Amino acid sequence: MRWSDLLIPAVFLVVCAAAQAQSPAYGVGRTPSAKAIRAWDIAIGPEGKELPPGKGTAKEGATIYAQRCAACHGQTGTEGPFSRLVGGQGTLNTNRPVKTVGSYWPFATTIWDYINRAMPDDKPGSLSADQVYAVTAFLLYRNGIIQESDVIDAKSLPKIQMPNRNGFVSDPRPDWKTPSGGRN
Amino acid sequence: MKSSRRRFLKDGAILTGLVAGTVQSASGQTPGPEEAAHRSAGFVRAIGERSRLETSARAWSDSSTGRVTSSLTPLQNSKGMITPSMLHFERHHARVPDIDPRQYRLLIHGLVDRPLIFTVAELERLPSVSRIYFLECSGNSRNPGRGNAETVQGTHGMTSCSEWTGVPLSLLLQEAGVQKGASWLVAEGADAAKMTRSIPLTKAMDDILVAYGQNGGALRPEQGYPLRLLIPGWEGNISIKWLRQIKVVDQPYMTREETSRYTDLMPDGRARQFTFEMDAKSVITFPSGGQNLPGPGFYEITGLAWSGRGAIRRVEVSTDGGASWQDAQLQEPVLRFAHTRFRFAWKWDGGEAVVQSRCIDEQGGVQPTVDDLIRVRGRSYNYHSNHIQAWKINRNGSVQNALV
Repeated sequence: MRWSDLLIPAVFLVVCAAAQAQSPAYGVGRTPSAKAIRAWDIAIGPEGKELPPGKGTAKEGATIYAQRCAACHGQTGTEGPFSRLVGGQGTLNTNRPVKTVGSYWPFATTIWDYINRAMPDDKPGSLSADQVYAVTAFLLYRNGIIQESDVIDAKSLPKIQMPNRNGFVSDPRPDWKTPSGGRN
Repeated sequence: MKSSRRRFLKDGAILTGLVAGTVQSASGQTPGPEEAAHRSAGFVRAIGERSRLETSARAWSDSSTGRVTSSLTPLQNSKGMITPSMLHFERHHARVPDIDPRQYRLLIHGLVDRPLIFTVAELERLPSVSRIYFLECSGNSRNPGRGNAETVQGTHGMTSCSEWTGVPLSLLLQEAGVQKGASWLVAEGADAAKMTRSIPLTKAMDDILVAYGQNGGALRPEQGYPLRLLIPGWEGNISIKWLRQIKVVDQPYMTREETSRYTDLMPDGRARQFTFEMDAKSVITFPSGGQNLPGPGFYEITGLAWSGRGAIRRVEVSTDGGASWQDAQLQEPVLRFAHTRFRFAWKWDGGEAVVQSRCIDEQGGVQPTVDDLIRVRGRSYNYHSNHIQAWKINRNGSVQNALV
């Protein structure tokens, strides 16, 4: 993991941002209320700061999964036809990698965020916060990451260590060499 | 007014039919120039349409699930550098939303002094710019180790180039007043999946556009109507369409599209993340797979080159399977982050030939071969492949993908 690569631009950015802080030049646009922003914004960061109240367990999630998710992802999360969600751990460095929530996704908060914003595909946004926590717990349980009775909520979810948490590196390009050895 | 225009159209259609009937009765001969001049497509019309004989169209692969999420630009018929808006490739993650711009709002908030909400009309009041940029899906010309198509539409049809008009994102961020500690943005679309990507603030302050115009008109619905991000040179999916929110934050939000998707799995089991720039790439669009050369003689080889790292400096063409390379002519203007048309005069001697192009961008990046990339990246990666594409011309004039 080469997060240090990201740190240098970040430092530079802070300087830029400070230099650019100034009063508005055009005064076009309106100021939204804090309430309007809260209603609008559903983005959940990896620290889970924006996660709403609510909770769920894998046991509760199993019922919701069967009703709302299984038609697309299979009864056990492995059958498809759409994205496989379960299994695949230990396959990423083989000739047949299986990328699932359990084998590939680095942050548990992303599961909650994506189910909440985009699932189920026929009615995105229709699950309650409790239901999203429960389905998230179900997927974590099916992937062997938590126990069936573990309660997933705004506090516990960001603390979950995903198996592939350290499986990502930043862009190393240029990464290939010409046979003559020159800069690609 | 309306009804008289309709009558004109109807008369025109009848006239066209009559002329076509007359021509057929002659003796099976094709009409000469004089007869063709008598054909008519009618008088004026409110929305222009191309000739009925022009059939170039986007194409897609049927999906076993019945949900097709991308269509490809017919590069084999492309001329010049601009893609007609109606033929711009599509890639969407949850269908194309049908949005009324009068109801539409963009919210900018997070680490800013003044959260702001804009209507499209308000954005159009602000100082605007127009820029010609390519937009390319990161999966375009995917790793041939994962399968390859027969035509240039199939291999490379997920790049297009348009003139985009809008407001610099930096202007909107300055209006909002970015706070200390901010380093990333989270951009979110209004499609059913509320597609979301994290974007470094440096790029936003540099050259990102909040665009409402495409090739002189409004954005097409499948291109984000009424409002989208246009992030020059970077993988297409980060240019969030139907843009509804910019949240200024202090770290990437690790969204689904930048973790489980659009990351490249390497042979060691690790995956590359935040691979933003599309590397220098070129492809010959004529002659290309599926086309036919009627016989030996002169042909102008032509194609497109582009780079997410700036302007194209040079394109070379080989007609002998890569044994020798010669400079192609670049059509001006040669713009940063735009398609550049190249041309190369060629006489086909009627023998088997393999034609291919490679380009160099302003940073000195040149196009690698497939083998160069697979040697380092393996066969599991799917995105950001910029390998050289070769087409084989057979003795009978048929052209096929030489990498299949």
